[in-house]
Amino acid sequence: MASCGGRGGECHQSRCQRSEEDGGAEEEMRERVASLSVACDLPTSSATGDGALDRCTKCGETVAAAAPRAINGLCAACFRAYLFGKFKLAVTANAMISPTDNVLVAFSGDPASRVALQFVHEMQRLSLKNWDASKSQALPVFGVGVAFIDESAISICPLHETNKVIAQIRSIVSTLSPAHKELHIAPLENICSMSSTDGRIRLNELLDSVTDATGKEDFMKYLRMLTLQKIALDNGYSKLLLGSCTSTIACHVISATVKGQGYSLPGDVQYVDARWEVPVVLPLRDCTAEELSKLCHLDGLELLQLVKRPSNSINSLVSSFVARLRDENPSRERTIVRTAEKLRPFCFNKFVENTYHEFVPSRLRCKFQNINNSETALSEVLCPLCGSPLSEPEVQSLRNIQEKTPTLVENFTAHCCQSCSFQILPMGAESLQQFYTVLPQSVTVRVTGGTSDHSQLRELIGDCLLVDDDDDDDDDDDDDGT
Amino acid sequence: MEEGGATAKPRRATGRLCSTCNQRKAALKRPKTLEQICRECFYSVFEDEIHNVIMDNNLFKPGERVAVAASGGKDSTVLAYVMSELNRRHNYGLDLFLLSVDEGITGYRDDSLETVKRNEIEYGLPLKVVSYKDLYGWTMDEIVKTIGLKNNCTFCGVFRRQALDRGAALMKADKLVTGHNADDIAETVLLNILRGDIARLSRCTFITTGEDGPIPRCKPFKYTYEKEIVMYAYFKKLDYFSTECIYSPNAYRGFAREFIKDLERMRPRAILDIIRSGENFRTATSTKMPEQGTCERCGYISSQKLCKACLLLEGLNRGLPKLGIGRARGTNGLNKRVEQRNLRPERTGSSIESKQCGTLDF
Repeated sequence: MASCGGRGGECHQSRCQRSEEDGGAEEEMRERVASLSVACDLPTSSATGDGALDRCTKCGETVAAAAPRAINGLCAACFRAYLFGKFKLAVTANAMISPTDNVLVAFSGDPASRVALQFVHEMQRLSLKNWDASKSQALPVFGVGVAFIDESAISICPLHETNKVIAQIRSIVSTLSPAHKELHIAPLENICSMSSTDGRIRLNELLDSVTDATGKEDFMKYLRMLTLQKIALDNGYSKLLLGSCTSTIACHVISATVKGQGYSLPGDVQYVDARWEVPVVLPLRDCTAEELSKLCHLDGLELLQLVKRPSNSINSLVSSFVARLRDENPSRERTIVRTAEKLRPFCFNKFVENTYHEFVPSRLRCKFQNINNSETALSEVLCPLCGSPLSEPEVQSLRNIQEKTPTLVENFTAHCCQSCSFQILPMGAESLQQFYTVLPQSVTVRVTGGTSDHSQLRELIGDCLLVDDDDDDDDDDDDDGT
Repeated sequence: MEEGGATAKPRRATGRLCSTCNQRKAALKRPKTLEQICRECFYSVFEDEIHNVIMDNNLFKPGERVAVAASGGKDSTVLAYVMSELNRRHNYGLDLFLLSVDEGITGYRDDSLETVKRNEIEYGLPLKVVSYKDLYGWTMDEIVKTIGLKNNCTFCGVFRRQALDRGAALMKADKLVTGHNADDIAETVLLNILRGDIARLSRCTFITTGEDGPIPRCKPFKYTYEKEIVMYAYFKKLDYFSTECIYSPNAYRGFAREFIKDLERMRPRAILDIIRSGENFRTATSTKMPEQGTCERCGYISSQKLCKACLLLEGLNRGLPKLGIGRARGTNGLNKRVEQRNLRPERTGSSIESKQCGTLDF
C-alpha cells in the first residue's frame, strides 16, 4: 500500500478546465485555487501564514483550514493516495490486470469512469517505469485502450454537441501519456447493423417496442455492454474495465431486488465478471461516487457534460431513494453493497487460476487473494436480454418448454428471465416476432447455441482444461483471511 | 390508499364489465394486477389466493389449535375473518381462537381491544387477552412514564413477542398466525439489505418461522397486498380499529415504506418481486442460528442466560432503563458483556415484529 503514496503533486493537472456549466462557479474557483495551493504546499510542509491551520489526519502535515478537506479530514495528497490504494488493492487482490493483458477502459465521461481511466493510466505509467528500470525486462507492460459509446442515435442531443464531446474525449485521452492509448468511439447502433442509417432505424425500432420505461433503460444498458464487448473483441482486448463505484452498485442492488432479480444479483456486484467473452472488472467497487467526484474536483480532471434524459423509471426512483438514505447516513451505500457481497457469487465471478497465468513466469504471477473457489462450476443458463443466470424454477420452466419442440421465438422467450419477460419482451405473439427479428444478432445468437450455455463452451475448450471441478484444488484458503 | 380501488367504484359506474366473470359491472381495480373486476370476483380471488398459499405451504394440519394474533387493526381483523371463513368452507378442521395482547396503553389499546371483543362475538371465535401488567408487572403507560418516549418501542416489541408466545402456550395452541402482509415482508427485505443483516435477510421471507421453538408462527398474508386487505375490509364492512399507537405516531412512515408505496404506484408487481428476490437470494447455506437454550429466570427460549424480556425488565425494575438496549456502552461495565451478548437472541426472526411501532433505526 505504501507504494501508492507520493502521488501528491505530480499527477495534478495545473490547467484545470472544468466547464462553466457547473453551478456555483465562483465557489468552485475559490476551492480549486485552494486545492492547488494545498498541493503546492505539501512538499515543503510549510504552513501558509494566514488564517487557521489544521492537520491532515493521516500524514499530519499542516494544511490551511481554508483548503477543502477531502473526506475524513485528509489532505488532498493523502486522499488521492487513499483512493488509489483502494483501486490498486482491488486490482491486485483479484488479479484483474496481468502484464500480458490489454485493458479496454469504458469511458462515459462521468467522474467514476474518469477516475478509472486516470488510475489505470497511472498504473500503466508505473509499470512502464519499472520496466525501463528492470534488467531483464521480462515482464511486459499491459496495454490500455479507451472506449466511448456514441448514443446520438437515440438522444436528443444535437450533432454539434456530440462532436464537441468527442473532441473533448480525444483531448483527454491524448493527455494521458506516456504509452499511447487507442480511442475507440463506437455508435450504439453498430450493434444492430454495420450500416449507420440502417442501424439507427433498427435500434429505434427495437427500443420503441419496449414499452416499459425501466425495461427500456435496462435493455439499453445491456446493448451498451454488448457494444463494449464487440469493441473489445474486435480489437484484441483481454479485459474490459468499468468505473462502477459503490454508489452505482448500491443502486443496482436495490433495483435488482425490486425487479425480482435476487437470484442473479450476486453475479453483478463482484470485482470480476467473466460471463462475457471479454471479462469485465470493477476496480472502483470500493469507492463512492462522492469520493470520486471529490477527486476529479481536487485534481481538476476534466468531465464530460452529457445531457441526461429525464427518466421516470424504477431505476431513477431507486437512485433518489438511495440518495436520501445517504443523506441520512453517509455509509449506507457501503452497507448495502456489503450485504450483497455476502450473497454467494457465481462460478463466473473469478478467474480460474489454472488457465489464467499461461504466459507469465511463475515468480511474477499475481497472488489470488480474495478468490474462494468453493463454488462449483455448474453451468449457468444466462438470460439473453440481461445476462442474468436463471434461477432453478426458471430453468425448470425452460426445460419444460424445450421438451415441446418450440419455435425459434418461443425458445428465445423461454430463455429470458422472469424480470426481462415482464419489462422488456413485448406482449402478443406478433409483436414478439417483430421484436425478435430486429434484435441484434449478438443477442439472438446467445440462445441458438452461442455463449448462453457454459457447458458448450466447456466442451470446446475441454481438451485444455486440467481439472473437471474447480473446487477440489483449493482448500488452503486460510491465507486469504486478510 | 385512496387513489386505487375504493374511489374507483363511483367513477366506473358507467358500466365496464368485470374482466373475470364478464357478467357483473366492474367495481374496482385490483391493486395487485390492475384488473377491473366486480366485488364478488374480488372476494373470491382474494380468498382463493390465501387458501392456495395455505395449501401450497402446508401451513396447518387438521385438528390443530391455532391462535390468531388479533390487535383489532385491519390486517388482523381481516385475517380472523378470512381464517374462520376458509376454515369453514374448506374444512381445515382447525380450532381457531383470537389472541390479543393488552400493552396497557390508554386511549389506544383499550379502544382497539373493544373492537376485538366485538369481533369475538361476530365471528364466534373465543378470545384470550394477555396483558403486560399480568406478565411483567408494568403497563406501557408506566414504562413510558419511567423511561420517556425513547426506546419505548423496543420494550413493547420484545414484550409483545413473548406475550404472544406465552398466551398461545397458555391456551395450548399449536400454531400462531399473524397478519403480516406482502408490503410488510417487502419492507423487511429492504430494511435487512439496508442494515447488512444477511442472517435475517435469509429468514425474513419464510412463511413459517420458529418451527424449532414451542409455537411456530405463520403468515397466511405473505403474498397479500396491504391495499387489498384494506379494500376487502372496506367492502365487507369489517369492524376494525385504525388509530396509530399514541407512543409512536408515524412510525409506520419509514423511508422504506414510502419507497415501497412509490414503487407500487409505478409497478404493482414490484412488491411480489421483492419477496421473490428475498426468497431467491443465494445466502450461504450455513447461516448461523444462535443455539437455543432457555432463560434462567422465566424459562422462555433464549440463547443467553436471560431472555431479552427479562433483561429489559431487570433494567426497568432496577432503574437502569438502558440495560439491554442497542449496541450502546451506556451502562456500567459489569452489564456491558451481558448486554452485548444479549443483543442477538431475541431478535432472531422477529424483525417484522416491530411493525406496530416499527423501530426502524434511521
